[in-house]
Amino acid sequence: MVTYIIRRLIAAVLMLVIVSIATFSIFFVIPRAAGVTASDFANRYVGVKGATAETVKATAEKLGFYDPLVVQYGRWVKGIVAGSEFDTGVDVEHCPAPCFGYSFITKQPVWPDLLDRLPVTLSLAVGASVIWLVTGVATGVLSALRRGSIFDRGAMTVALAGVSLPIFFTGIVSLVFFSYKFGITAPGGSYTPITENPAEWAYDLILPWITLAFLLSAAYARLTRAGMLETMSEDYIRTARAKGLREPRVIVKHGLRAALTPIVTIFGLDLGLLLGGAILTETTFSLNGIGKYGVHAIAVGDLPQILGVTTVATFFVVFANLAVDLLYAVVDPRVRLG
Amino acid sequence: MTDEHFLDVKDLRIHFPTDDGLVKSVDGLSFHLERGKTLGIVGESGSGKSVTSLGILGLHKGGHAKISGEIWLDGEELVSASLDHVRSLRGKKMAMIFQDPLSSMHPYYSVGDQIVEAYRVHNKVTKQVARKHAIDMLDRVGIPQPERRFDSYPHEFSGGMRQRAMIAMALVNNPDLLIADEPTTALDVTVQAQILDLMRDLQRDFNAALIIITHDLGVVAELSDDILVMYGGKAIEYGTGADIFERPEHPYTWGLLGSMPRLDREPTERLLPIKGSPPSLINVPSGCAFHPRCAFEPRTHGKGKSEVPELIESEGGHLVRCHLTRDERRAIWETEIKPNLEATL
Repeated sequence: MVTYIIRRLIAAVLMLVIVSIATFSIFFVIPRAAGVTASDFANRYVGVKGATAETVKATAEKLGFYDPLVVQYGRWVKGIVAGSEFDTGVDVEHCPAPCFGYSFITKQPVWPDLLDRLPVTLSLAVGASVIWLVTGVATGVLSALRRGSIFDRGAMTVALAGVSLPIFFTGIVSLVFFSYKFGITAPGGSYTPITENPAEWAYDLILPWITLAFLLSAAYARLTRAGMLETMSEDYIRTARAKGLREPRVIVKHGLRAALTPIVTIFGLDLGLLLGGAILTETTFSLNGIGKYGVHAIAVGDLPQILGVTTVATFFVVFANLAVDLLYAVVDPRVRLG
Repeated sequence: MTDEHFLDVKDLRIHFPTDDGLVKSVDGLSFHLERGKTLGIVGESGSGKSVTSLGILGLHKGGHAKISGEIWLDGEELVSASLDHVRSLRGKKMAMIFQDPLSSMHPYYSVGDQIVEAYRVHNKVTKQVARKHAIDMLDRVGIPQPERRFDSYPHEFSGGMRQRAMIAMALVNNPDLLIADEPTTALDVTVQAQILDLMRDLQRDFNAALIIITHDLGVVAELSDDILVMYGGKAIEYGTGADIFERPEHPYTWGLLGSMPRLDREPTERLLPIKGSPPSLINVPSGCAFHPRCAFEPRTHGKGKSEVPELIESEGGHLVRCHLTRDERRAIWETEIKPNLEATL
């Protein structure tokens, strides 16, 4: 078990390194190949207007844009791990770890920006995940137990709609009706930190939660239904009944427990993905989370911001993967191999 | 009723409506069994033997199956009893051992936990008490170091150990009726004998009524007091072990005896398999269900094809369902079948 954990940890760190090299290359190597020079990068900082060629060149030198790419990558990683110092000429600017550098546009460090937006994304993802997990699994179990019934057919039709309809459609439709026509939910762009007012926080987020959960719970309902149909016909379910267990216990402890394994896997990955920014939901509901921040950064070509978002998103996905692997060993004893 | 049996099954019918027609898995089956006695139910796959056992426990997929007849267990009728009452008897008064112990145990729970669960359904005791009891049971069925093996998972056991654990689980509540459905089929030959010995010992200790369901006459030869041979959902021969092995009267039973591999036979001697395959339970052959495969069908003068034979007493409780007369059957057994079976002795 210990070796299993260590192996998974090493794999996770390795994955982070590989992805960071890949992202760094995409944003720094490929533009070079397309003819973007070091001065062009520096120019983004000193501004287009009025900067002389000497100023730009000096900035590029100061920021190390002329150094070999390996050195630049090393400096970038060091910034994230240990922080870095920038000599602005007037004085030395300290960027504490994790330092993702400074925005081209706002000239502000990226990390505090991300930190500001993380609670929004976190609230959205965690709240929605509770809803989709509960409704998805419950619907799937009921559908499987009443296979072919009106409930089953209805639920699976709704699930198909949920899987097929994009968020920017369901989100806008629900905003129009529930927020603007009936006025029962908060309008787009509403967000109150949970630390200020938990009730207000939940009220503001309920519509984005449900919209996002609708999409995902549909997939979970179908997955749970398929899993339950399979496990409920297993021999060990017959054994459980032969023991004289009551049916609800047979279903939950023996059936659902076994059907839950693939759901745990998908859940970890989905949650990890969303923590890196629920781009469509945040954009549709004008929530200032990581996803919306990333979309904006891409639109204006703010490389340090894009790199920051990508790295944080990668971290969440890799971390979620690791959590799933470890959880797997808890859920399924057959995984506990050396 | 003066001679009340511990288990008395009367005219049991279990039918499954399907899109292709009505599947008559069990069609008018009657038998009885006393405490401490063993009944072997023998037949090919699809003869209805497993459905019979599931029906007794009320596990025959209750939703769409149609069950009728009577099942009397210790003076209680089960077919008309409420589902919840039958459930409360399952695992406590009647228990079952299944064919494949790997797929029959839950892969995510330890062997010990599964036995504890079986005990605690019917006994309001703490986990510690149940654990101790489960360890005693594991010890009793011959699992070495039961304290340590308690926390092992099914996949960490060998096939024989798993079946022992299944037996421990079935016997943990000291049931009066134990049904073993092909208990040795999935096991190595060397382990089969150990498991059969174990079941015989435990049955004696617990004084339970035991039903062994198998396609292997060798298994029932070892253990059974009575034997019921099933074909196409019906009993075709029913009698004591001596009746079935020493003076069998049904052509199908002869076929089963002929296809039984025996160590005392010359290796060069071929087995005598039954021709054809088991009947479809939807389109059961007209007349005697066995007639398409029966070598003696011409001697029934057409009755085999047209009339369903009754299960009639031949002598002293030995029942046979065949159109041939008793004298014809005995003559065929003595002159045509027995010499062939014994030719190599």
